[in-house]
Amino acid sequence: MSDEYEHKLEAKSDYAGDASSVSSPDIDSVPDAELPDQELYHSHSWWTTYVFSQDAKYIGIQYALTAVGTGLLGLVLSWLMRIQLAFPGLGWLDPGAYYQFVTMHGMIMVVYLLTALFLGGFGNLLIPLMCGARDMAFPYVNMLSYWAFVVAVLVLLASFFVPGGPTGAGWTLYPPQAITAGTPGSDMGIILMLISLILFVAGFTMGGLNYIITVLQLRARGMTLMRLPLTIWGIFTATVLAMFAFPALLVGCLMMTLDSLLGTSFFMPAMVSLGETLTHEGGSPILFQHLFWFFGHPEVYIVALPAFGIVSDLLSVHSRKTIFGYRMMVWAIVGIGALSFFVWAHHMYVSGMNPWFGFFFATTTLIIAVPTAIKVYNWILTLWRGNIQLSLPMLFSLGFIVTFLNGGLTGLFLGNVTVDVPLSDTYFVVAHFHMVMGIAPILVIFGAIYHWYPLITGRMMDETLGKIHFWITFIGSYAIYFPMHYQGFVGVPRRYFEIYDSPYIDTSTLLLNKFITIAVLIVGAAQLLFLYNLITSARLGKKSEKNPWKANSLEWQTPQMPPEHGNWGKELPKVYRWPYDFSVPGAKEDYIPQNQPPSEIVGAKVEKT
Amino acid sequence: MSDSSFENLPKGWKSVPSDLGSDQTAFKGVQWGKAMMWIFLLSDTFIFSCFLISYMKGRASTVVDWPNTSEVFSLDFMGVPVPLLLIAIMTFVLITSSGTMALAVKYGYEKNKKMCGWFILATAIGGLTFVGMQAYEWSKLIHEGVRPWSNPFGAAQFGSYFFMITGFHGTHVSIGVIFLFIFARKVFRGDFDSGRRGFFTTMKSDYVSIEILGLYWHFVDLVWVFIFAFFYLW
Repeated sequence: MSDEYEHKLEAKSDYAGDASSVSSPDIDSVPDAELPDQELYHSHSWWTTYVFSQDAKYIGIQYALTAVGTGLLGLVLSWLMRIQLAFPGLGWLDPGAYYQFVTMHGMIMVVYLLTALFLGGFGNLLIPLMCGARDMAFPYVNMLSYWAFVVAVLVLLASFFVPGGPTGAGWTLYPPQAITAGTPGSDMGIILMLISLILFVAGFTMGGLNYIITVLQLRARGMTLMRLPLTIWGIFTATVLAMFAFPALLVGCLMMTLDSLLGTSFFMPAMVSLGETLTHEGGSPILFQHLFWFFGHPEVYIVALPAFGIVSDLLSVHSRKTIFGYRMMVWAIVGIGALSFFVWAHHMYVSGMNPWFGFFFATTTLIIAVPTAIKVYNWILTLWRGNIQLSLPMLFSLGFIVTFLNGGLTGLFLGNVTVDVPLSDTYFVVAHFHMVMGIAPILVIFGAIYHWYPLITGRMMDETLGKIHFWITFIGSYAIYFPMHYQGFVGVPRRYFEIYDSPYIDTSTLLLNKFITIAVLIVGAAQLLFLYNLITSARLGKKSEKNPWKANSLEWQTPQMPPEHGNWGKELPKVYRWPYDFSVPGAKEDYIPQNQPPSEIVGAKVEKT
Repeated sequence: MSDSSFENLPKGWKSVPSDLGSDQTAFKGVQWGKAMMWIFLLSDTFIFSCFLISYMKGRASTVVDWPNTSEVFSLDFMGVPVPLLLIAIMTFVLITSSGTMALAVKYGYEKNKKMCGWFILATAIGGLTFVGMQAYEWSKLIHEGVRPWSNPFGAAQFGSYFFMITGFHGTHVSIGVIFLFIFARKVFRGDFDSGRRGFFTTMKSDYVSIEILGLYWHFVDLVWVFIFAFFYLW
């Protein structure tokens, strides 16, 4: 008998007088629920079932599909940009269009794809299921959150159709140029972008409140915080970051909107534009940079932390091994989250701020490497002597570790002021952030989709297509971004719409640009293969068994799979352990679900959790 | 192995994460709506902090002098310009409305429908008075030539920040007033006694939502204290 259940004996007295509990052994007792069972909203019409749904699972899928749809646009924009870069002689794009595509690609990918997919998509789908709740705490507001997101996306897309087109200010939207004549979309485009961001923040706040409260309060009986899957810890911490980081973006957007519409001078210094002195005077462009990056840096971790969490679970399940250092992983997530609020100005080393300021931010930036390195070591130690299954989620997780390590190391370069200054605004930076917050989280997203697809559709995705997809995506992204590091070292600046033979640019970069573009198009085509797989498998995929990966966490333990409205049938699950009891000595199976009562696994040497 | 007792539990600071992490009841002692409001207010605090920090930065870096606030904000009373007169009344009204809100919450929990409703109405009227006086102050400043993009007394940023921040706060107050009126109606109709379901949310009404609204209202007051200090006293 393990010592896992000793503490349950204390609870024995509570149950002594309860006739119903006499039949079950005492080691199976779990403290009572503190809160009454949630009242569910039941839809009555087609509209409330399929459009304004209040079921978190359904909202999650809505969020995910909208985010992926928007992300596809971002993908297409990147193809167009790459074709221009590889063949500048073609005159494929004019400079204005190039800048517009750069801007929209960046903003769409960071905010409307990654943030929305991880928090809105996976958050809505997984939080109630993994915590053992029936739904989010406030389903109505959850529904509003999704529709605010939809409106935000529509406003963003509308900017393609207004006079002047979308903004071409770069995804950082730095003033004064963002709202000054000469920048594409400096009239209508930028306004629609700012409004769209404000709507996104408002919508996200409604969703974020739900995610936080659901994790804190609607956990099932026996689900202590330290028994939560790391996925939930990642999403939860990222949501907390978002709640405190998005306000800065909101304020920055609002002030820039006023600068543009009312002619205020929050960010606008006195300047001469097209030979005319503007009426603006006395504003501070640096202020916007501070506001933007106070949002922008936590945003990196808003994307990264859910990826960290999800990948930890995927690695553990698919190597049939306990996650290494669970508590360390939790504290690393929380620590990275807290530190991420103290590093923002490392994006501003060349902005002209005081060098001592840069020194401080370089220090905090390098400190963040410590918890991050702990996580990487723990992932590798999870794999060590594990029973590694090279399933699709595992392949993508392994790809993530390598890619993230790669991007993280270049981050250390850029975190140091003296190294950053010459590399600033070169392709090295482009390569760094695409590796660390583009490719790495996307690989996790793919892994997660292959992993949880059966939970949504009840069918498996095609393995062969998936493997082709993985290898092209993984090798392809290295083919794209490795050369960019080199291009950065030889000094190719980012955001130039054409790079041709000139004494300042190494000729090798011209050939590399063509190579990269070809890789981009191949990787892009592989994503179409993924989409094909995603769509057709919903109908034609192999039927999945109930718990296809033999995972422990609660989302696979619902009475029906895919789970129904309310998730859990009559009775909410009781949780006896953490979700990482794999390959436990003495147990009949190599996994012990979180809700399997101790009396059924007598003899297994389970860790006390 | 067998002696799992209190001695084995972590001591001192180490016990904090252990307690929080191993107890399923952690964070469940408060009604979810109330917790949600607290987190929302924390997020809102970040918004107002960003506003006020931007204001400090803007004020510190303007090229033109900042206007003398005790002149700009003075109100003529019987021919004498009295600095801070209007704003003192506004602040007094708003703080008082916080008091009436607290009483409304108290009567709500005592299920005293009548008193609760009247105090909510009193709070709403306080808020309305505040917004009205703010509108008066705005129109006075606008008559004197202060605009978001310029002002005759000094730095243009004065008008920009003043209208933006007080406007944003005034919007908060106005939204609060609207909800106060809705809640007053709900109280008088007896929604909170009968547990009538919300029109949109289909959730059962409960007196705790008066406290949640109260939290919001007190927050709006607290923010005003900071805005007052930063704009009128600095």
